Amino acid sequence: MEISESLMTYVLIPAVKAVVVVILVATAAGVMTYIERRLLAFLQVRKGPNRVGPEGILQFVADVVKLLTKEDVVPAKAQHFVHFLAPVLVMVPGLAVFAVLPWGPEFTMRIPGLGKITTAWYAADLNVALLLLLAISSVGIYGIILGGWASNSKYALLGGLRSAAQLISYEVPMGFAIVSAILMARSLSLVEIVEAQRTHHMWFILPGLVSFFLYFVSGVAETNRIPFDLPEAESELVAGFHTEYSGFRWAIFFLTEYANMITISAVATALFFGGWLRPFPNVAALGFLDVIPGVIWYVLKVACFLFVYIWFRGTFPRYRFDQLMALGWKTLIPISLVNLVVVALAALGGWRGLRILGAVLWIAAVGAVLIVTRLNAARKPRATPLIPAPVGAQKAEA
Amino acid sequence: MSDLVGTAGTVPESEETMLGLREMELNFGPQHPSTHGVLRIVLKVDGERIVSARPDIGYLHRGTEKLFETETYPMIIPHTDRLDYVAAATNNHAYVLAVEKLLALEIPRRAQYIRVVLDEMQRVSSHLLWLATAAIDLGAITPFFYTFREREVILDLFEDYCGARLTLNCMRVGGLQEDLTPGWLEKLRAFTEDLGSKIDEYEDLLTENRIWKMRTIGVGILNTERCIEWGVTGPPLRAAGFKWDVRRALPYECYSELDFEIPVGKNADTYDRYLVRIAELRQSRRILLQCCDWLAANPTGDIRGKVPRVIKPPAGDVYASVESPKGELGFYLVANGGNKPYRLRVRPPSFINLQALPEMARGHMVSDLVAIIGTIDIVLGEVDR
Repeated sequence: MEISESLMTYVLIPAVKAVVVVILVATAAGVMTYIERRLLAFLQVRKGPNRVGPEGILQFVADVVKLLTKEDVVPAKAQHFVHFLAPVLVMVPGLAVFAVLPWGPEFTMRIPGLGKITTAWYAADLNVALLLLLAISSVGIYGIILGGWASNSKYALLGGLRSAAQLISYEVPMGFAIVSAILMARSLSLVEIVEAQRTHHMWFILPGLVSFFLYFVSGVAETNRIPFDLPEAESELVAGFHTEYSGFRWAIFFLTEYANMITISAVATALFFGGWLRPFPNVAALGFLDVIPGVIWYVLKVACFLFVYIWFRGTFPRYRFDQLMALGWKTLIPISLVNLVVVALAALGGWRGLRILGAVLWIAAVGAVLIVTRLNAARKPRATPLIPAPVGAQKAEA
Repeated sequence: MSDLVGTAGTVPESEETMLGLREMELNFGPQHPSTHGVLRIVLKVDGERIVSARPDIGYLHRGTEKLFETETYPMIIPHTDRLDYVAAATNNHAYVLAVEKLLALEIPRRAQYIRVVLDEMQRVSSHLLWLATAAIDLGAITPFFYTFREREVILDLFEDYCGARLTLNCMRVGGLQEDLTPGWLEKLRAFTEDLGSKIDEYEDLLTENRIWKMRTIGVGILNTERCIEWGVTGPPLRAAGFKWDVRRALPYECYSELDFEIPVGKNADTYDRYLVRIAELRQSRRILLQCCDWLAANPTGDIRGKVPRVIKPPAGDVYASVESPKGELGFYLVANGGNKPYRLRVRPPSFINLQALPEMARGHMVSDLVAIIGTIDIVLGEVDR
């Protein structure tokens, strides 16, 4: 049977890709939970899961099977429909954004019976990819709010309220950071942004140092991870918005959190770290690095960010709600506004302007690090001094 | 559902507002990850701000004080293990001190030093447990595993010494049951010398951490006057700048011969309570090293004084207290000349310190409540008895 070209291009290939993406993302999120547990264990002088399969690699499979077979408890007087809807509302956008993530360049392959097919390591290259990403990922917030509200639990409600405020607040600096990347690349398409970093002869992390910082901090907040995991702060709100979820609905929240982490890392890679490009994409001397395909480069870079996520979790305490809001509104948003203006001015000057901006930013950053390190070294060595008692507090001794 | 929605923006002073909405009442516990046991706190919150917090205790009440009256004096010691179950040695100690005071017994020097070693090991392990849980309450999960690594060594040492890890039952009226096992002291010394660098590790993670400071500085202030009015003792009192430590104020055993300092804070907030406890860890380490030296220099000696076969203190009443990791732990003993106490009343530091919680929590946010409960360092076994 002859398959027409348009059917091939517009129906079959996208359908196959969509299925592959969904399966891959769900698996990746599962594997991610295993990797996180092992890495955290490594940071915390313990072993982590090491029983199911070699080195415990199948632990997540066992977990998923367990969660699938668990009873699905819906609290009394919960809003049944909304309670059911919330995980769906969280999961669908979480997976949908993967359609536009550019994991690699175009390639051609030969499939027996179908002939040569030219396709790419992404499901779609939209000219409004970043807008779509922002729009879709915002829908996920509804799921969290509704899940918290529909559970008929005060802890879940508080978690839902917190997440509503937090996620909406941090979308603002995140949006501004993304806009600065758009200004640098002059495109909304993620594929074109990656290609622009080749034509500009530099990754956008150089002029976009501040933008990247803003993006990643907001990204951590958007994914509800420590130190911004207030919506599900275990020690305060038991489990936050998903307190009253169990079984596979809970697993959907859980896995989507990991999928969102991958999204945030992948977008950061595409916007600021050259996507699938190798380091210094235009230096011919490093051509041997092309042995490693673009997809692998992309995955490696994403993995670095995911490691940072886990590293954060092993290191930081949690912010308080008002402090979180203050950080978002009083620190990140003003910085992101100023940054946007600066990047826009530099982008006016074209590549040259961006390079000057990059040089200035990096020299300033390295200088600041050096100064801070020196100041810290000048301090007294570690050891809590006994705090001297104030005058008049010695009564007990007398 | 109507009592759940629209709670933000209510006015704390009046029960009813324009929209006819009240503050939300939130049951914090008894099953909650951060109440450190079965503590229930009835919260009235305005949004996330606490209007009032009322601790509701008694979920772990076991009638221990009544039980004391039905047991002979030596049989009571294991029951004291179950008061503050993460600091059994100091509980044993406070109880036997009371009986010994009534009997006017002389304790051999070696027994005194071993008791102090057990006490200070217990203080270190209790403070480590506190640090672990207080940090995890504020979202820092890693210190938990670091401190448990060290606490494990202490529990192993306890197991070597008396066979138990948690409920030690390690002291007897007039002295101790067992002398140290061979090689035990060397193990203790190795651990103690190592402890300093381990404490540095915890401090690296927390002391200068910006988020940790933001979460703890200025949270849950209870000044010296209010501490004294509530009867608060232990690290919360010392963090308020009041230099009161039973080990120095009313010395027992050989503490007056040992060289150590009493760390005090000045801001009376959660951060100072953290600093004080960290400093106390270092001081306990100093004490342990001195005791190791003394015990190594005096390897033999009696460990039990001249105790009558049947312990029958004369009629009368006596109060004895020790500085437990949580504060002043006292036993008030009324004897009627029989072989069982007429009444044995415990002064539990956790219970008394907990009473200041509503005052410390008022006006703070729900997240701060977690920090404050953590910083009071309660053990419900002692609160409810």
